[in-house]
Amino acid sequence: MNLIVLLLIPFITALLVLLARTTQQVRLAALAGSAVQLVAAIILLFAFNHEKAAGNTAAIFFEQNHSWFPAWNISFHIGIDGIAMAMILLTAFVVIAGVLVSWKIEKMVKEFYAMLILLSLGAYGFFISLDLFSMFFFLELAVIPKYLLIGIWGSGKKEYAANKLALMLMCGSALVLVGMLGAYFGSDAKTFDITILAASPLAKDVQLLCFPFLFIGFGIFTALFPFHTWVPDGHSSAPTAGSMFLAGISMKLGGYGCLRAAAYLMPDAAQAYSPYIILLAAIAIIYGAFATMMQQDLKYINAYSSISHCGFVLLGIGMLTQAAITGAVMQMVSHGLMTALFFAVIGMIYERTHTRDVAAMGGLMKSMPFICTVLFLVGFCSLGLPGLSGFAAEMMVFTGSWQQPGIFHRIATVAACLSIVVTAVYILRAVGKVAMGPLKAGASALSDAGWHEKLAALVLLAGILAMGLAPEWLNTLVSPGSQIIMQKIQAVK
Amino acid sequence: MTETLILMKSELVITLIIFILLFIKIGAGMANKNLLLLIQWLLLGNLLASFLYNEEGWLFAGMYHTGNLIAVQKSILSGAVYLIALLFTSWFKTTKHLAEFFILLLSALLGMFFLLSAGNLLMFFLGLELATIPVAALANFDIDKKRSSEAAMKMILSSVFSSGILLFGISLVYGTTGTLQLNELYQMMDGSDLQKLSFIFLIAAFGFKLSIVPFHLWTADVYEGAPTATTSFLSVVSKGAFAFVLLAVLYKVFAPMQQVWYSMIVALSAITMLTGNLFAVRQQNIKRFLAFSSIAQVGFILVGISNGSAAGISAVVFFILVYVFSNLAAFAVADAIAVQTGREKIEDYKNLYQTNPFLSWAMALALFSLAGIPPAAGFFGKLFLISAGAAEGSYLFIAFAALNMVIALYYYLRVVRCIFMDKQEMPVEKIAVPATTTFGLWICIAGIVLAGVLSWMFDFIVSISIL
Repeated sequence: MNLIVLLLIPFITALLVLLARTTQQVRLAALAGSAVQLVAAIILLFAFNHEKAAGNTAAIFFEQNHSWFPAWNISFHIGIDGIAMAMILLTAFVVIAGVLVSWKIEKMVKEFYAMLILLSLGAYGFFISLDLFSMFFFLELAVIPKYLLIGIWGSGKKEYAANKLALMLMCGSALVLVGMLGAYFGSDAKTFDITILAASPLAKDVQLLCFPFLFIGFGIFTALFPFHTWVPDGHSSAPTAGSMFLAGISMKLGGYGCLRAAAYLMPDAAQAYSPYIILLAAIAIIYGAFATMMQQDLKYINAYSSISHCGFVLLGIGMLTQAAITGAVMQMVSHGLMTALFFAVIGMIYERTHTRDVAAMGGLMKSMPFICTVLFLVGFCSLGLPGLSGFAAEMMVFTGSWQQPGIFHRIATVAACLSIVVTAVYILRAVGKVAMGPLKAGASALSDAGWHEKLAALVLLAGILAMGLAPEWLNTLVSPGSQIIMQKIQAVK
Repeated sequence: MTETLILMKSELVITLIIFILLFIKIGAGMANKNLLLLIQWLLLGNLLASFLYNEEGWLFAGMYHTGNLIAVQKSILSGAVYLIALLFTSWFKTTKHLAEFFILLLSALLGMFFLLSAGNLLMFFLGLELATIPVAALANFDIDKKRSSEAAMKMILSSVFSSGILLFGISLVYGTTGTLQLNELYQMMDGSDLQKLSFIFLIAAFGFKLSIVPFHLWTADVYEGAPTATTSFLSVVSKGAFAFVLLAVLYKVFAPMQQVWYSMIVALSAITMLTGNLFAVRQQNIKRFLAFSSIAQVGFILVGISNGSAAGISAVVFFILVYVFSNLAAFAVADAIAVQTGREKIEDYKNLYQTNPFLSWAMALALFSLAGIPPAAGFFGKLFLISAGAAEGSYLFIAFAALNMVIALYYYLRVVRCIFMDKQEMPVEKIAVPATTTFGLWICIAGIVLAGVLSWMFDFIVSISIL
């Protein structure tokens, strides 16, 4: 399958959205485009597995290499491995759910959908890139849609949040840029191409210099402590679909970048800096969990818990065992689906009750059973109930982490495990207060989810269940990718 | 004879257009509307002619030379002047002395062409004077406005001062080497103290023209006071031409002293970027805002120049090309609004999107390009400049440049935020954009979107950028 299709579909969708005349046409165009994209992603998965079953042992499938700026040795080099495949699937799921959830948006509909699609275009491009330059291009491409989505369609302190997010992410990009140029000029081949850079390792001092730039740069995107401060503001001010895309897709760009550009290309430095990564990740996990306990606003609850959950991704990467890295990728997928759904449900509740304050709600199960059931499910997923995706992913991270024998690693692992208890506390408290208890006055007339909301929730739930009930397929998909990364790192030992 | 004609064709075509305008002015005279149309067609012709019959060669005993790179640089400037003629239509229609405006503008352009083609420092000085003095008159073109006269006064004084410095620098060069021929000079550059001093004088003179900090003080006042068409000429064409010339001087004449000027250029670049950015943050007037942002952009150009590599040439030429599209589009939108409503504060743009979606998107795209956000071509321009500076350069400096991109994004987003997010009681009403301006804006938009993503333009520039 030609991977360019993954870029062409959103591009055409965006064009159709811009050309559409009526609001209804805009919605239908966006929905059709994202549905086609989802189908394409699933076909790609089958094609990927088919290739593998046919005995193709290449590390990267569906590779294409076009020269882009020959003067700088920059090529448009694309291809996917299992990790990228998982990310593409995640993106396709979140995009269609985001489009469905935004069905009722009235303000500047055309621009709204165009921004959503553009953001997804950036994500797809990022995940299929095998060249640091085009990776950076797509990473930055997604900044402006985020800014406008929050600033125009957001709520609360939206301009402040949009500015903060754009500037902090731009800082991340600037760091990535420096690290990437360091890799370019530090390599013998003078190239941005990831496969070439990986084949001939960089000198150790270059790695030690560039790794922090790349890792912190991408880390900002994925809420690396202490650069996580954009997360609560950004998520809580964004419109529903914006939060879904931010948490579900955009934060994963960072995690993927940390893995692909930082850990994979600079194994020596990954070894050297691993304790610091683990330390920061463990702080993020615990700090995020406790900070969530204090929140009263549903969106803030989910935003802070995202910091905690994304900490597991970084913890998995920092542990440098194959199981942990596989777990990190699975956690990215799981967290992407789960927070997207969580934000979607919060959006649905907010649309009806016009509040996100937990204390102001109660007994909503009676008036909106569907929404509250989904809320319960996603809450359970967040606290790691077996059978749902969160358990599979976090379990994988913990097992992987435990394989590291050092006392420091053990302490970090145990601390991270304990955070699950805290998660259970805040999730059960929030969900219980919203859904159970006596119905607050005036809340009895609220309607349940409409068809588009139900569909959005079901799409994401399908993903969560598919991963939670049968994590094996995702594991086999991701493992070869993480194995290659591990081989690089073990070669250092 | 034919050789002379062909080699000097770009200058000759410009002279021809100047004479045509002069005859029209003296003779029958023409209604502004028709005259503008004629000018636009003539300048389009000039642009197209600049692509044809480009040969390499020397004339007049080494006084004048031209080549592929110089031809492309001239084409970029010609294109920018054509765009100016298109974009500021609504202002041109109101001005009383349209023919004079373009006669002066083209004279300055002619000066820049001679400057680019100069093979001798005397010729160089001649071109430089021709390129600056008419611009001072252009700055005074809003004759009934006091600010405009003030701008012209500031412009002429700083120009004269910098010319004096330049002449002194040239005389020092002559004193230490005994020649003024550019292609002989570099063999005699041994880095003696006197030559270092002459270099400092030359770079100071260029500093004035390019508004490098600390020689930038005239910039904001002149930009604000002058008519926007003049401002855009100053900030795009004049700046572009002097950036090209700076390249030629540094890379040709002072090439043996690269070690000496590297740290100087780095220091100037760092302070220029930072000052431009920090002052831009606080501006309320859109033209002053763009003035400071253009100072910061010059700092970025210096990043690319700093290494003295061929990659620097291609990066600068490409960046100027992109800069033409982006900056002209921003000025054009500002001008269209200012001419019809008289509002030119950033705050006035609040809620502009509701009334003028096309202008809003054009402005936003231009600003994104200036900020270096993909897919706008400015992203590629800045990236190549930074990459050219990073080659064996200091990473601290590169990190500093990257940090400046973040500051820049902050103030560009301020305008974007006003346009799309903030509300006000009385938004700018619907602006009637003339068809030619719309056409020009579409050219700019196409340039911004395509010049980077389609790599052949950059490839072509690389192919002719030889040390």
